[in-house]
Amino acid sequence: MAGADVIPDPMEITLVIAKIGLVLLVILTLAAYLVFAERRILAWIQDRKGPNRVGPFGLLQPLADLIKLLTKEDFCPPAGDRWLFFLAPAMAAIPAIMTFAIVPFGAPVRIFGRDLPMQVADLHVGLLLFMALSSIAVYGVALGGWASNSKYALLGSLRGLAQLISYELSMGLSLVPTVMLARSFRLSDIVAAQEGGWFILYQPMAFAIFLVSILAECKRIPFDLPEAEGELVAGFHTEYSGMRFGLFFVGEYINILVLGGLAATFFLGGWQGPLLPGLLWFWGKVLAFAFLFIWIRGTLPRLRYDQLMHLGWKVLTPMALVNILATAWWLYLAGSSPL
Amino acid sequence: MLGAYLPIIVLLVVAACFGLGSVVVSSLVGQKKLSPVKLQPYECGCEPVGSAQERFSIKFYLIAMLFILFDIECVFLYPWAVLFKRLGVFGLIEMGVFVVILFVGYIYVWKKGALEWE
Repeated sequence: MAGADVIPDPMEITLVIAKIGLVLLVILTLAAYLVFAERRILAWIQDRKGPNRVGPFGLLQPLADLIKLLTKEDFCPPAGDRWLFFLAPAMAAIPAIMTFAIVPFGAPVRIFGRDLPMQVADLHVGLLLFMALSSIAVYGVALGGWASNSKYALLGSLRGLAQLISYELSMGLSLVPTVMLARSFRLSDIVAAQEGGWFILYQPMAFAIFLVSILAECKRIPFDLPEAEGELVAGFHTEYSGMRFGLFFVGEYINILVLGGLAATFFLGGWQGPLLPGLLWFWGKVLAFAFLFIWIRGTLPRLRYDQLMHLGWKVLTPMALVNILATAWWLYLAGSSPL
Repeated sequence: MLGAYLPIIVLLVVAACFGLGSVVVSSLVGQKKLSPVKLQPYECGCEPVGSAQERFSIKFYLIAMLFILFDIECVFLYPWAVLFKRLGVFGLIEMGVFVVILFVGYIYVWKKGALEWE
């Protein structure tokens, strides 16, 4: 789809729609099973059993959860803002799904005599689109908490807002060295540039900053202050029930998958890897990130709010800026020799 | 050029259908047994006092303003990063000066206590 055709031919459209359907199916299923996997892995870490009753090994648990969420009472606080309350969960889930459009999830394959990139849309400005969509996702938290007209929800959403924008800054800055190395915003170019060596080897610092930032962007422990069930009940989605809550919830898990996929794309060579096919490498890396997130949740306590803002503004942001300057200097000294 | 963005728009429509559709289905399938107490904001059993949509700490505004400032700097860094090799030593020095000025502002903000939470 990189061509400048105003009207793409029908074959192209069919393939794109097929890819969109496939991607949607895969990420929704994976997100549902990620919830299940998280409960089982946390149970395993904490030496208990976890959900194992619905179906063999509890494998039908996500289906049971879906039915439960669908049949719950759909509640809207009368004093709140109905429209914003309705819109906010969608605002949290839609950008997460859309971000997946730009992630290259496998090596291009030849099908029906044409090269088919394993990517829904290979945009010139893919990385910028990711930054834009991650900014839009902040609105879900902000509007949801505000529209609920509940004090817990408001506190959670304010905290969430400040946290998300703070860590978005360090996330954006940590990707600048990646762009400098790849010399492109196009995600397929970034993957191609890592053929000789993954960027994590050249940019361990940027990778570390990016990893901490995406943990905070996912609102995961140790950065789950917007929800903080010990002090804020459920934070910004206290007043949400049924599928509205379900959308926030599934959006969070889709976000884990997408940001894991982007971390793999930016720093771990995307779908590249020896021996195995690209699809397996990519999804293996995504699941490895998901496992890491769950592991961290099972291990670390929650930060205090001042520690959280301190880490974002006083540690990660200056580190990312210094890293950009250091990378620039190093690339200049390396001269025109290709990486 | 719009052709490249077409899949994004299709995905937006599909995702919106998923998002809005599941909420609509949930509101149709779910039971409805509302009571005055249930419609109150949840406050762990206490009677809610006043509205929640009130004034909140100025710190959050400050963080939002700082974010806007620093994010714009970040936006300046991106085009430079793409063209870094082509700009050569000129680009290196120019961006060095830019980041140093940015750092001066950052230190000012820090010293003014804008990054403190107590």
